[in-house]
Amino acid sequence: MDILVVLENRNGALHRMSLEAIAAAQALARDLNLTVAALVWGPQAQNLAREAATKKVDEVLALEHELLEKYSSDGYAEALKQVIEQETPRYVLVGHTYMVRDYFPKVSARIRKPFIGDVVAYRVEDGAPVFTRQVFNAKLVVDVVPQVDPPVLVSFQSATFQADAVEAGAAPVREITVALEAEQIKTQSEPPFQEAAGDVDLSSAEVIVSVGRGIGKEENIPVAEELAKAMGAELGSSRPVVDAGWLPSSRQVGSSGQSVAPKLYLALGISGAIQHVVGMKGSKNVVAINKDPEAPIFEIADYGIVGDLLEIVPKLTEAIKEQS
Amino acid sequence: MKIAVLVKQVPGSESALRVSAEEHWVEESALDFEMNESDSYALEEALLIKEKVADGGEVVVVSMGPAERTPKVIREALAKGADRGIHIQEEPPYETDPFLISEIFAAALRDEQFDLILSGLQSADLAAGQTGVILGEFLGMSTATLVMATELQDGSIKVKRELESGWSQWITLPLPASITIQSGLNQPRYPSLRGIMGAKKKEIKALSKADLIAGSAALQSWERLYIHKKEKRTEMIEGDLNQVVTRLVNVLRTEIKVL
Repeated sequence: MDILVVLENRNGALHRMSLEAIAAAQALARDLNLTVAALVWGPQAQNLAREAATKKVDEVLALEHELLEKYSSDGYAEALKQVIEQETPRYVLVGHTYMVRDYFPKVSARIRKPFIGDVVAYRVEDGAPVFTRQVFNAKLVVDVVPQVDPPVLVSFQSATFQADAVEAGAAPVREITVALEAEQIKTQSEPPFQEAAGDVDLSSAEVIVSVGRGIGKEENIPVAEELAKAMGAELGSSRPVVDAGWLPSSRQVGSSGQSVAPKLYLALGISGAIQHVVGMKGSKNVVAINKDPEAPIFEIADYGIVGDLLEIVPKLTEAIKEQS
Repeated sequence: MKIAVLVKQVPGSESALRVSAEEHWVEESALDFEMNESDSYALEEALLIKEKVADGGEVVVVSMGPAERTPKVIREALAKGADRGIHIQEEPPYETDPFLISEIFAAALRDEQFDLILSGLQSADLAAGQTGVILGEFLGMSTATLVMATELQDGSIKVKRELESGWSQWITLPLPASITIQSGLNQPRYPSLRGIMGAKKKEIKALSKADLIAGSAALQSWERLYIHKKEKRTEMIEGDLNQVVTRLVNVLRTEIKVL
């Protein structure tokens, strides 16, 4: 095959971003007239294979190995290296998940081929794809091209392609094997655990008032809390606010917190770092207040106000209270 | 315990960025540079580990960048308590391929035989998030990314890795190990006056990128840097405070319909 799309196993089911990766592979296959194989592996790979086989791909590769039952960067990198050597794809596509950030650079090092990560778009120029990445705190983008013969490893940022754009089909499943030894895995892992019991479910909130570093200090948090109360909204936050201890981690929105899709996401002093944006860009409406006119949050906002949130928000709270 | 910390000087997060004429980098003249955020946490973690180890050891700060500005970020790390510095001198055009950057760092660090390499999980400018892992591979080290806590053990280090959606996992890595650090796992210290004075006497070894690169070439390259087109049309609400609030309330009530 030409394109190998690597699917991520999340507790025996397909990771959401793996569906997006299939959509990416289907798009690239269409544009360049290439064939696609989907790789499933890890625990209950057969279940994933059955699901992947309902998508429009040319083939599903199912890889089961006792050393892949539990994730390790060494084991997964070594297995993928061998699959790439056996199957000789031109493009290896994947969603830019935390797991991929951990083991894909290792694959790149071992096969000495480029890993172009966190891609937000591609276009075809002279029969070859040019990949676009965000750089400089997502304020700029850059077009990146491989400088060596295939394969090239590419990961796509969350929501670059839509999971519901995946075309259905019926693909044959082929079982493949790799040679892995326990000694190749240097690390020992303990079972994953949830840091704090999620006492707040932001994912079902209709309105979220979310606080970023621009709130300035812990003493200013009530300014946002009062607005949230007046609007009947849940309070959310970006990571720096949680890291500073101003709000609990259960309020955090973003790649390391919750993913939300409210009717309104009101971003107060949130710059719009990509790690935050991936958790809220599904919001129906985004209103952003920030003192930095170049803050990336304005790129995805429907309404933007450049100004001091400590002046604007209390006035807004007052005006909303008067309305009701 | 011999620890290397990779730090990078990046444009401050509030910097107004202008793409330079050749569309490969930004105009640096108007920029304030600072230590990459997650690197400052990696430095603090290295200093904390060194302080906990009975026989102490050494924290070596390593940075690649131009001769004009990079010594400042190395001095800052030395003032906080790092023991010596290695400066890989690189003049524009800067290298942007994480694989080649890792080869350069590997060539600079191989003979030092570090027990531990700490780096921030990614830089604010290139945002590749690959160097710590690829460098670890090149030096035959175990690797872990997105680390939120460390516990040094006999011949190994146990780290808490951040997974997605609020999940974490402890893994144990044999030394030598290369670990990338997530922001927020500690509280980076400020340099003391004594530290600042002492830093002036600490060694900074200068190496040249050209000597380290030894015929290697980039696997990927930047073709063009630019400001991306907006995906959405944003209505900017302007005016004095009362006008802004009045319009915003109107938007919330009649357009988004949440009041």
